[in-house]
Amino acid sequence: MTEAGAAPLVRLVDVVKHFPVRSGNLLGRGTGQVRAVDGVTLDVWRGETLGLVGETGCGKSTLARCITRLYDLTSGRVIFDGDDISTLSRRRLRPYRRRMQMVFQDPYGSLNPRRRVGSVIGDPLAIHQVAHGGQRKRQVQELMELVGLNPEHYNRFPSEFSGGQRQRIGVARALALQPELVVCDEPVSALDVSIQAQVVNLLARLQRQFELTYVFIAHDLSVVRHVSDRVAVMYLGQVVEIAAQDELYSRPRHPYTWSLLSAVPVADPDRADARRRMVLAGDVPSPVDPPSGCRFHPRCPKAQEICRREEPVLEPRRSDGAGHRAACHFALADGEELHTVPQPAGMAAVQGAGAVPAGGADDRGPSHRAARD
Amino acid sequence: MTQTAFAEIPPEVPLASHLEAAKSIEGRSPWQLALERLRHDRVAIASAVVIVLVALMAVVAPLVAMAVGHGPNTQYRDTGLSPGGIPVGPNSTFLLGTDELGRDVLVRIFYGARVSLLAGVVASGLAAMLGLVIGLMAGYFGRVVDTVLSRFLDVVLALPYLVFAIALIAVVGPSLGVSIGVIAFFSFASVGRIVRGQVLVMREKEFVEAARSLGANDLRILFVDILPNVLAPVIVYATLLIPLSIVFEATLSFLGVGVVPPTASWGGMLSDAINYYQVAWWFVVFPGLALLVTTLAFNLAGDSVRDAFDPRYARLFKAR
Repeated sequence: MTEAGAAPLVRLVDVVKHFPVRSGNLLGRGTGQVRAVDGVTLDVWRGETLGLVGETGCGKSTLARCITRLYDLTSGRVIFDGDDISTLSRRRLRPYRRRMQMVFQDPYGSLNPRRRVGSVIGDPLAIHQVAHGGQRKRQVQELMELVGLNPEHYNRFPSEFSGGQRQRIGVARALALQPELVVCDEPVSALDVSIQAQVVNLLARLQRQFELTYVFIAHDLSVVRHVSDRVAVMYLGQVVEIAAQDELYSRPRHPYTWSLLSAVPVADPDRADARRRMVLAGDVPSPVDPPSGCRFHPRCPKAQEICRREEPVLEPRRSDGAGHRAACHFALADGEELHTVPQPAGMAAVQGAGAVPAGGADDRGPSHRAARD
Repeated sequence: MTQTAFAEIPPEVPLASHLEAAKSIEGRSPWQLALERLRHDRVAIASAVVIVLVALMAVVAPLVAMAVGHGPNTQYRDTGLSPGGIPVGPNSTFLLGTDELGRDVLVRIFYGARVSLLAGVVASGLAAMLGLVIGLMAGYFGRVVDTVLSRFLDVVLALPYLVFAIALIAVVGPSLGVSIGVIAFFSFASVGRIVRGQVLVMREKEFVEAARSLGANDLRILFVDILPNVLAPVIVYATLLIPLSIVFEATLSFLGVGVVPPTASWGGMLSDAINYYQVAWWFVVFPGLALLVTTLAFNLAGDSVRDAFDPRYARLFKAR
């Protein structure tokens, strides 16, 4: 699927999104930049599910909003089905809006509490003037049935639904215009585990039924593994590794990917004990002033001098094919394990002068949108 | 067992489950729920009754004047004033006594209700609308628009309103219309601030982002997604603004820059009564009472409206 020869549905070329931050100082207009997304290049192929994982604040949600052009890019290009949409005005963007939709994280915040569910789901039809009156109502009820809601509840308010049902409403709204691409921004992370499975399975069924392409954002690796064909791992605004799902999970090349995978809980206590884990020390450094060279080096047990100086390229490492790329100077060999937890003293030595200390939560930049994901 | 559980549910808190047994399909809007809560609020009912009575007073003022046979501005120098020129107290002809010019206090209070209600309701309505528009624009469009509008609101809020009002009216001349305009002008800024804050909160909600990703334009987002969510606090504030406006109008009239004499207004009557309160208590007490009861009713009504729209607040308050 990945090397299908055809053009990708979405192609991101060096996408950069910086948010200006004004330091709270009256005299000097000291402005900085939260580098939420800092040079992401990747392709999304028609019909696939691309998983996007990473820690809180790594820029996943910002990237999602760049793809759907809810944000204006700082630089770079978003190419949707061959058309460059990265600088289109809002009006010119409208025809593309029909073809790409979003499912949001917060099942409470993403539905207007003062509007009936029927009109919420009918919104896309109304905005794009696809259907009116009785026809719209019929379509909305079909959509509700499609996502497993009782069409009779057309006139209810969002507050009368549970979290899982609300997320289904969000899915119905996203599907109303029969889009090609659906960007799911942590669609299940606000739900109970039992409900998560239902919504994930719903999304999977709809994908088969309508040949949808998903960009699926999550911080839960097991959910991503379940739904994704390919997975991209993000760290501090950059993609550090991208590979087919089974390959990434069995042969991670980037130490960060490895540490994320090793942190996934295992249900079997015997296996869990036997397993090697690497607990990452410290927090994600500030995206306002990211570390030099490889951004992961202050937390990486394999970091050496070159990691501090030189930014590794995202390319195939070891014997991998073109589909598996990692941005690491010292990519892990098959089956290699990391178990040295970096000591604070050792870390300080690696960090060097230019790097920002992996400080507390306050370091993570002001409570900006970038910190949302 | 279940019956006792049901019995324990206080009537003020309509539980969706048992009120909706019959109407399970049709959801109830937040407005309907608020109205439902208001209907169960005894204070709200009582103050609504008082407000309706005051409104009735305003409406039937000419009828009362006819019934007692006294015009609001007619001076009864023979029957309404003592030989020494002192107002006469309540008697069978003048039920609430007379004022210093021998006019019927009762009839003038009825007519005064017109001025007070008009000033209160119209001025707060104007203020609410103006504040809503400015707050929506400042909050939604942000940047330069926000900076300009917010500083403008700051300036209005910083003005010493009474001094300014007196100066302004001294220039353009007093009238009820001018009073209403002045009251609205000095009240809309706080509404604007409240709305702006609410819009800032709403603008960041995911449902606004969702609307944008669906391709909705600014106008639609503003009116379909944001406005309904900021209306509730505006309504609450506007109700609480009514008594303030009534008092503001009374203050202006009291200071002689409000309604032009001889038109009856409660503030003006109090002002006239100042020199006579030692000899004619009715002259002070009855207009004062009218003002007090009316503003109290509006204040309590405003509190109830707020509680109805934001039940969490009411519960917090009652828990203390």
